Parts: sequence; C-alpha cells; structure tokens
Amino acid sequence: MTEKSHNEQLTEFEARVARGDKVEPGDWMPDEYRQNLIRMIGQHAHSEIVGQLPEGKWIPYAPGFRRKLTLVAKVQDEAGHGQLLYRAAETLGKSREEMIDELLAGKAKYSNVFNYPTPTWADVGVIGWLVDTAAVINQSMLAQGSYGPYARAMKRICYEESFHIKQGYDAIVALAKGTPAQRAMAQDAIHRWWYPTLMMSGPPDKASPHTEKAMRWRIKTKTNDQVRQEFVDLIVPQIRALGLDVPDRDCVYDEAAGHYRFTQPDWEELKRVINGDGPMNKERLDVRRRSHEEGRWVREALAAKAKRANAA
Amino acid sequence: MNIPSGLPSEPLLGMIVALGDDELVLGHRNSEWTGFAPILEEDIAFSNIAQDELGHSLAWFSLHEQLTGKTPDWMAFERNWRDFACCRLVAYPKGDFAYTVVRQFFFDAAEQVRMKSFAQSSFDPLRQLSVKILAEEAYHLMHSQGLVERLGDGTEESHRRMQAAAETAFPQSLGLFEDFPAEADLVKAGVVKPSRELQEEWLTEIMRVLTRATLVVPVRKKNGTFEPECSPDLGGRTGRHTDDLRQLVSDLQHVYQLAPGQPW
Repeated sequence: MTEKSHNEQLTEFEARVARGDKVEPGDWMPDEYRQNLIRMIGQHAHSEIVGQLPEGKWIPYAPGFRRKLTLVAKVQDEAGHGQLLYRAAETLGKSREEMIDELLAGKAKYSNVFNYPTPTWADVGVIGWLVDTAAVINQSMLAQGSYGPYARAMKRICYEESFHIKQGYDAIVALAKGTPAQRAMAQDAIHRWWYPTLMMSGPPDKASPHTEKAMRWRIKTKTNDQVRQEFVDLIVPQIRALGLDVPDRDCVYDEAAGHYRFTQPDWEELKRVINGDGPMNKERLDVRRRSHEEGRWVREALAAKAKRANAA
Repeated sequence: MNIPSGLPSEPLLGMIVALGDDELVLGHRNSEWTGFAPILEEDIAFSNIAQDELGHSLAWFSLHEQLTGKTPDWMAFERNWRDFACCRLVAYPKGDFAYTVVRQFFFDAAEQVRMKSFAQSSFDPLRQLSVKILAEEAYHLMHSQGLVERLGDGTEESHRRMQAAAETAFPQSLGLFEDFPAEADLVKAGVVKPSRELQEEWLTEIMRVLTRATLVVPVRKKNGTFEPECSPDLGGRTGRHTDDLRQLVSDLQHVYQLAPGQPW
C-alpha cells in the first residue's frame, strides 16, 4: 500500500477546491483548513447566540401583536441558526460544549456588532434591516464556500435571514412614516449602527492576513472590502428612499466607479470590540454565563435521566 | 358577527377576554426565556410555545373583535391592566426553569380539558376555535409533560426544584378553574361546562403524570376523584390581580404607549 505524501494530498485537495467541489466531513483536508473552519463556524455560531440578546431585550416591549410575534420568531431563528452552526462545526471534530465553554471563558470571538447597546425600539428594526442585510451579503458569499456542511447551513440561514430583513425594514418604514418622534427614533438608530455595521465585514483587506489563503481554499469567495462595498451600494439608496440618511457626508455615488464612496470606520474601535473591550462585551458574556449556570441543573438532570434510560 | 339571542352576551364576552388574557400573559412570560433557556433546544421550544400562545390570544381577541369591534391591539396594548381577566397563575414571574415547566404543564393540561369541553358548546365559534387550538396544544402538553417526568425524576437537585415548583404552582393553578363571572348563566345556556367539573378532569390528568414524575401535591382521593387540599389562589377572573400583572402590562405596553393608536 502506498501512502500519498502530504504534498500530493494537498495538491489534490486544492485542485478539487479550485474545481468548485465541496469538501465533506470524512474527506482529507489540511489541518489548517480544518482549524480555520472550526474557528470561523464557531465564531459564527457564537454570534447567533450572543446576537439573540440585543434584540431579545425588546421582546417584552414590542408594540403590537404582529411585532411581538415576529420578534420572538426572529430571535428564535437565531437560536436555531446557532444550533445548526454548532452542528456544522461538530462535523470537524469539536463539540458544542467545548465551543460554548470557550465562548463563556472569553476565549472565543464573535461578531463585533452585538457588543453595542440597543437603547430604543428602533434598534430592533435597524438590526433586522442593516445588520442582517450585511450578514446576508456575507453569508451568501459563504454559501459558495468549499466546506459542504457550512455552505449548506448558510443556504438555509440566508433563506430565513431574508425574512428578518423584511421584518426590520418593515418596522423602520412604520417609524419613518410615523410621528416626528418615531421618525427621529429611526434616524438616531441608523446613525448609531452605521459604522458598527460597516465593521461587520471585518478589517480592510490590506490588514487581513488570512484573506489570501481563505480565498485559495474557498473558505471565502469574496474579500472583506468587496463584501462591505456591496453592502453600502445596496443599502444607501434604500435608506435615502425613506428620507433617512447615513452619518457620512462623503457618502456619494461615484459614477465612474459605479460605487458609493464612503468613509472608512475606525478600525481601532473594531480591534477593541472584537478583543473584548466594546461597550457591551462584558454585559453580553455575563448574561450568557449567568443563564448557562442557572441552567446547569437542567442539563445534568436530562443527562442523568437519559443515561438511566439507556442502561435500562 | 352577533351573539345568538338566548346566549348571555356579557358573560360570554367576559370569558372570551379572560381566555385571551391567559394566553397573552403566559405567552409574554414564556417569551422571557427566548435567549436564556438552559439548552438551545429549550430556547427554541419555549419561543415556539410563546408564539403559539400569543397566536391563540390573537385568535380569542379576533373573535372578540368580530363581536365588539375592539381590535386585538387595543385589547392588549391600550387596555388598563385592572381590566385584564387572566388568572393569577399566568402573571407570576417566570421563576426558575422548574417553575416555568410545572406552570406550563398545569396550564397545558387545563387547556386540553377546557378546549375538549368546548366541542359540545352551544356557541359555534368556541367549537371552531377550540379545534385549532387543540391541534397545537397537543404538542405543548407532550413537551411539558415529558419535561415534568424527566426533571421530576432526574437528579436530586432537579427533583427538589420540581417539587418546590409543584407546591408553589398547584394552588395557583386552581385559579385556572375559578368561575367566570356569571358562569352559571353560561352553563345553563350550554356554552360551557362548569369549571368545577373541568377541574376534576384536570386533576385526574395531572395526577397521572405527577405520580410518574415522583412529585407530590396536596390532594385527597374521595369516591375515586381527586380533591385539592389547599386553598386556591383566586381573584384573577374578577380583576383582583397581583402587582406582577401591573408590572407585566406596563412592560407589554411600554413602546406602544409612546404613540398609542399609531402604526408601529
């Protein structure tokens, strides 16, 4: 029996990926590919779980049956996405429990955007509309990625996220057409979320060392800057069509380039927020830790009962 | 839609509101677990149950709207909390997961019994609505009953918590069977069965499950039927609420009241 050398396997792997084949759980893959994906999918799953909190805060206060029902459904979807993503990461050999423990220990990262406060009802609308639009652009790109389970999870998640965007947009339209106070609430929220949302796509390409390999292995199929530009081009006309605006006077359409120009966010702020020092990082993790602790007895009891049932 | 002559309209409307309020307030409480449940699967389950209950509440208030013209949003988001007619049980804070599970189980079992009893109602819309609600409630009951059995007989700690929750929630749950105002008129017109009878059926149901879950509540058996041996926590149906409801309704209506009646 002849063992293929690592280099031969790597060449074959890269050729497969370049052809657009999907990599499946049992297939040979470079360890760096596996580790990168575990990290990315784990971060993505954590973002869904932590991402329940900023909007979930408004569930008790949601105005009207329709808003309350759709908000509960939306935040529930995020739990479902978390479940699906943890499952996708598990196919690469890391358990949900390990990943959650890392999150709670402050060792895992998650999207910057969930570390900002949500002081008004309009934040729910803006998160659904702006943040989820940015997420869907990123995730549609990831749905083209090379790892089968992640790409398939992304397809399903994008499908549900498209309803989230509608939900958010619809809530903002109601505010934009409402009383001056409602309108001001919408405008204020867009101002606060604009730059954090721009940061969601990650650091600029020139400061993103992993991009080259991630593109070669089709872990990503577009760069951070491409994804960000796509978001700006799509969202700015939508915002302005409602008579609202973004907090950037230099945000103008460049005919020659066919794109909107815009001011880059403060990349130092992104670094701080990603590394645990954003306005709400501590609070978000504290809340997660507390509910994890309070639920420990439930998980233990369910496990004990299942164990006895299996033994019987 | 009109209430057929011969049926007592005021008590009937009152009961519809009470049932809508029960679902609204418990749905609100259950949605407080969204994002905070002990495992992701329960986070999803309780969010789902919350949506079903809010949906049932909307269904009761939609029926009420057809009879009175008052919109469901007005009923939930503009009405004074003192005019709510939910039983006290549903308004208590969500407590620990044990309390949430036990309360939910008692509620689900009661809802089964009541909705089944509506199959014989002389008021058509009750019959129709109960079929729709029963279809969803069957899953709720399966879920909460399964959790009661597994957590009641899980570990020492889970048993202790579930037992404490059962002791707290049992007298409160008897409030689900507090007579509706002028209930005798509704019974006489064949709209409902007496709450007393429903309570008996409910006790038989829950005792079957509690026994399997190794949980105990204060009842005695007499001539083959169970009777509670504690005083029930009543008052909700006649507007004697605890402060928990005032707080809950204030949260519920908080944003809406910034511009009442406006589209949100």
